[in-house]
Amino acid sequence: MLRTHRRLLAVGTSSLLLLGMAACSGTTKENSSDTGTGAQAAASADPNAKLKEGLKIAYLPKQLNNPYSDVETSGGKVAVGELKGEYKLVGPNDASASSQVSYINTLIQQQQDVIVVAANDPNAVCPSLNQARAAKIKVVSFDSDASKACRDVFINQATTQGIGESLVKMASEQAGGSGEIAILSATPNATNQNAWIDVMKEELKKPEYSKLKLVKTAYGNDDDQKSFQEAQGLLQSYPNLKVIVSPTTVGIAAASRYVSSSSYKGKVAITGLGLPNQMRQYVKDGTVKKFALWNPADIGYLAAYAGAALASGQITGKEGEKFTAGKLGEYTIGVDGEIVLGPPTEFTAANIDQFNF
Amino acid sequence: MSELKKRLTSWDSIIVLLTLAVLVVASLAVPNFGTSRNFTFLVLDLLPIALVALPMTFIVVTGEIDLSVASTLGLCSAIMGVLWNNNMSIESIIPLCMVIGAVLGAVNGFLVTGLGLPSLAVTIGTLALYRGLAFVVLGDSAVADFPYSYTNWVTGTIGGGAVPNVLIVLVVLALIFGIVLHATPFGRSLFAIGANDQAAHFSGIRVARTKFWLYVLSGAVAGLVGVLWTLRYSSARADNGSGLELAVVAAVLLGGVSIFGGKGSLPGVLAGVVLLAALQNALRLQDVSGQALNIVTGALLVLSVLLPNIATAIRANWQRRRLRQAAAR
Repeated sequence: MLRTHRRLLAVGTSSLLLLGMAACSGTTKENSSDTGTGAQAAASADPNAKLKEGLKIAYLPKQLNNPYSDVETSGGKVAVGELKGEYKLVGPNDASASSQVSYINTLIQQQQDVIVVAANDPNAVCPSLNQARAAKIKVVSFDSDASKACRDVFINQATTQGIGESLVKMASEQAGGSGEIAILSATPNATNQNAWIDVMKEELKKPEYSKLKLVKTAYGNDDDQKSFQEAQGLLQSYPNLKVIVSPTTVGIAAASRYVSSSSYKGKVAITGLGLPNQMRQYVKDGTVKKFALWNPADIGYLAAYAGAALASGQITGKEGEKFTAGKLGEYTIGVDGEIVLGPPTEFTAANIDQFNF
Repeated sequence: MSELKKRLTSWDSIIVLLTLAVLVVASLAVPNFGTSRNFTFLVLDLLPIALVALPMTFIVVTGEIDLSVASTLGLCSAIMGVLWNNNMSIESIIPLCMVIGAVLGAVNGFLVTGLGLPSLAVTIGTLALYRGLAFVVLGDSAVADFPYSYTNWVTGTIGGGAVPNVLIVLVVLALIFGIVLHATPFGRSLFAIGANDQAAHFSGIRVARTKFWLYVLSGAVAGLVGVLWTLRYSSARADNGSGLELAVVAAVLLGGVSIFGGKGSLPGVLAGVVLLAALQNALRLQDVSGQALNIVTGALLVLSVLLPNIATAIRANWQRRRLRQAAAR
């Protein structure tokens, strides 16, 4: 028994080693050039095509029951109603990369006309989105883009550059131009947040921000409790911290809640991207002076019109094509199929009561 | 009670029949369920659970458990990403990942058999440990640029039909595991260990060594599934497969394997995997929300533990009454 075990082990390991050696000349990152594309046959756009009625438009946000994506999809619901289509909202309970794939597969099976998706991972959803497109389903990404090889258009809430700049500008205003700042982000691999943080880091190198020092980027995983604890941790580790910038609605609300109920209130400023309804009390009690956001409902709204325009053949996703998105007016598709919603709105005690979302 | 009747009323045949019933009903009642494309999706969804469930069945049959499988999967996925980024060839990464999985399993095996620690505690510990290491290895980034020929094979089907390529892997491994468990002395020794490991020890079965190798096997399979998972989602990430261990244990228990060891069958387990996956798939096609899906899975699991116990109690009661009547006569 013992001997056979040893022999088996020896044969096993040596064959593995052989396999390994034989494979040294195999497919590596540097020499692999095969990439898949699932592009549909290029159809030509007919700008005068009428928007179809009865389109089945399904929304797949990063996860369900997230207040921010709830507002986004509520805008979608309104637009689908205007378009006389069928609105559907599905999504996973957790924001993991793989959990969206089963939902995309289900939507393919249900023969939807348009899938509006906020990708948890730009690549993990790619094979299924391409299967969807092969099944003549139009794919609109919003909020967090999928790889551009596997969607038709992307609804960008604002340019990455613009958001990064405005975040640094607000942080600098709150810090009075100098001091330590920290970032409280969402998940460490969130596409949006990472892109904005990269821009922020570039911005901070500029001479006018030379007295601002970014001491740490913490991750609250878009989980209220974790964000709360991370905010607490930041303030304890960096006693001289002046501003926490949180480019996520969950993070900014949790950080504000912590600061407003602690002795740091009035000493440490919170700013970033937040929802007016969640932030109202902190703006009113003075914890937060200013924060920004685009109107998320407009993103969902624009996505529905873009999807309908795609499904009706008005646009195909090429740069320069134009379509009209109901009350929002006319939009032009930019580079790489991106459609930019517009500049973010800044909220202060003076204007916050005009917004309800 | 005749042998045939006994076999038909055993939990694992009930679960096989129940699974077939669910498949038939879903095909008839749920639009788009019985299509060939949905079959492909269903197989791709259940594959990781089914593969990990094979060695898990062996381990649970011996009365132990391995809860670290999903973290082993995640760690292998993370290592795969790092090696790929360092320009190692995919052909050597894949066997290497299985070896790493086996080593991780060997650590579990050593702690359980070498030091005699309870497997539940050990593998809960390594569940956290391996997942933590995965984040140390790859951090929070994702590696995505795996070669298309490989990712496409994993998501693709044989000849572009309905049968996914990866089903071959599952069928081959399931056959091997099934034959080993049900038709070899080694397989019988696993049941003996689970029924009473002292007695098994005294009848000449090397209990500790057998269990050790089962953990190595479990780790290696988890490593392989880590590779398949990474290629399927073309994304090597430290959080890949989190929570998978619960789905696997659920399927194994639902399939009629006793958590106390000594009882169970591989066909039952595979039926359990298919039952859970098919139910989820069908309910999702009917637009049932994710939370409700969790409720269904949880309820099934409780029932799978509860019903056989009730059945045994009823049967024992019935037998006792019959004996009493016979004695009275």
